[in-house]
Amino acid sequence: MKTDYTRPLDLKHGHIDMNHGGGGRAMQQLIRELFAKHLGNDLLAQGNDGTVLPAQPGRLVMSTDSHVITPLFFPGGNIGALAVHGTVNDVAVMGATPLWLSAGFILEEGFPLADLERIVQSMAAAAHDAGVQIVTGDTKVVERGKADGVFITTTGVGVLLDGVNLSGAHARPGDAVLISGTIGDHGMAIMSQRENLQFAAPFVSDSAALNGLTAALIASGAELRLMRDPTRGGLAATLNEIAQQSRCGITLMEAAIPIQPAVEGACELLGLDPLNIANEGKLIVVCAAVSAEQTLQTLRAHPLGRNAAHIGSVTDDPHHFVQLQTRFGGRRMVDWLSGEPLPRIC
Amino acid sequence: MKFVDEFRDGALAQGIARAIHAEAKPHRRYAFMEFCGGHTHAIARYGIPDLLPTNVRMIHGPGCPVCVLPIGRIDLAIHLAIKRGVILCTYGDTLRVPASDGLSLLRAKARGGDIRMIYSPEDALRIARDNPGREVVLFAIGFETTTPPTAVALMNAEREDLGNFSVLCCHVLTPAAIAHILDSPEVRNLGLVALDGFIGPAHVSTIIGSQPYEFFAEEYRKPVVIAGFEPLDVMQAILMLVRQVNACRFSVENEFTRAVTREGNRRAQALVVECFELRKHFEWRGLGEVSYSALKIRERFARFDAEARFDLAYQPAPDHKACACGAILRGVKQPIDCTLFGTVCTPDTPMGSCMVSSEGACAAHYTYGRHRSTA
Repeated sequence: MKTDYTRPLDLKHGHIDMNHGGGGRAMQQLIRELFAKHLGNDLLAQGNDGTVLPAQPGRLVMSTDSHVITPLFFPGGNIGALAVHGTVNDVAVMGATPLWLSAGFILEEGFPLADLERIVQSMAAAAHDAGVQIVTGDTKVVERGKADGVFITTTGVGVLLDGVNLSGAHARPGDAVLISGTIGDHGMAIMSQRENLQFAAPFVSDSAALNGLTAALIASGAELRLMRDPTRGGLAATLNEIAQQSRCGITLMEAAIPIQPAVEGACELLGLDPLNIANEGKLIVVCAAVSAEQTLQTLRAHPLGRNAAHIGSVTDDPHHFVQLQTRFGGRRMVDWLSGEPLPRIC
Repeated sequence: MKFVDEFRDGALAQGIARAIHAEAKPHRRYAFMEFCGGHTHAIARYGIPDLLPTNVRMIHGPGCPVCVLPIGRIDLAIHLAIKRGVILCTYGDTLRVPASDGLSLLRAKARGGDIRMIYSPEDALRIARDNPGREVVLFAIGFETTTPPTAVALMNAEREDLGNFSVLCCHVLTPAAIAHILDSPEVRNLGLVALDGFIGPAHVSTIIGSQPYEFFAEEYRKPVVIAGFEPLDVMQAILMLVRQVNACRFSVENEFTRAVTREGNRRAQALVVECFELRKHFEWRGLGEVSYSALKIRERFARFDAEARFDLAYQPAPDHKACACGAILRGVKQPIDCTLFGTVCTPDTPMGSCMVSSEGACAAHYTYGRHRSTA
């Protein structure tokens, strides 16, 4: 009897079709020749409905994040790397060491296999760089028009050492607020790529895994209260979340907030506030005032924290307002954004 | 950032603030209206009230293009998108303005309307070229600043014979609105609004020049200082207004000389005259019907006029009963005087138009200045 022959996937010119989600041989082939080829590791290779994970000392941290983004490829990254970074960072900011990820793909019929391979390759590289393994996954295919190319949901599991206890509710009046680098880079990189808004400026997303940086902070022994990555809604949204959770106020010094001139310029042009623009590789740290300088130095010693800055402090405020001392000399609120940032016409 | 930081310099601001404190007479009150939403936004965003003496007060005027758009006009745009199946092209901050039946352009989009956010009328032309089988309508709103680009779009459409493109023209005129406020009984007779002077528009004045304001200064004996949108511009303009008031002068002064001349942009003015004519009546949100305060498309471009093309009839729609946007746009009330402010009306669920654009008085106060009223 002849061994089964299957024509290999055409990774150059092929497209996703409904068969790839049908649970049959086509799906097996897609998993084998594309997903397993790039993401393969011992745990994923178990090949069962669930993956058995080795027991770890300490408590477990788990987080999940769905990634939908237009365009799928942008300067500084793509949806694949972003899907790894996003979830790794959500686990890492808890003070945990991220170990494993799951990846669920929703693919649109007609999606080019070459693009899918690029995305999966980026995921593999991002996972490798972050020291995590993708240990289980799922693929569904929906008809053309029912998704936007590809959606990726990742769930991450990490371990938390005893004694590490960070929470958005731990900020106290007097604490220092730090940021690991320039704000708004990811949001402007995405906006600059949208078809109806072409900038010549070299915006590059800051998409990055922060677990190296968070591990350095934990190891430093500084008196940390909490860490957060200010993604959607930018610095403004995340600080408002912290103020609500900790039932305190926060005062920022505008002059201290690092921002790239090109990002500031583009925001100016569009009437957007950089405080509302998304980041994908930045860390907010709230620590005791006595640890502020040490924390700043720890951040700056890491490649992802070179532009770190001490940007404000936690205050006692019954209204839980985030306020900004402007460079100009006045004071204003920093509010959540309502909906998407929309450019002003005037 | 070059050419921006210079106009946001904190040390210079302190210097002007000291001059205002020194020159504003402690026994009198100064109330100045900034006409433009751009100024409202700058005042709130940079915390300018913190730098002013307590007897110098800024009143927010009606110059937010989104805020003065009446519900009936947005209803027309929604009608075009939902009932007539056009591709409706709109500026971003118009998307959230509340309309009738709990709708807004954003909600109409969720209900299937093909509504697309654009940055310039040129985007709308491109969409029309790319979709020859569809009707494409540009929802053209704004003051004199956004009118010339609409005129260029009309001319390009005519030159290209773009048969599927039209414009729902809602362009309005600044001088008419200022005159309307100065003529309102609240200002003229009742003394409800003490108005000692105006900060004149920045971008609008680059087009129309400073000359049109000379009439107000003379006729209504109010000083006008045209100012740029940067915070130092605003501070300098306030100082210039204080000086005029103290000297009992009422002339038009131009702080924004780097962009505004007395005559304005003649070329842009010529384009506007070529494409538009005055409307006899136009409804403004907050101000009501104001005669000769808006533009309509000239007969020559009638086939690009969405109102004619789709045989649209304007239906006025009342604002929410408790909404104080009207009084706020006329300077009679402040945002915190409105019972809806910050309760049912927030930037997330705006009831009135002043809560929609970040240039609106209510949104600016809610987003940037709330700490002042709760302290």
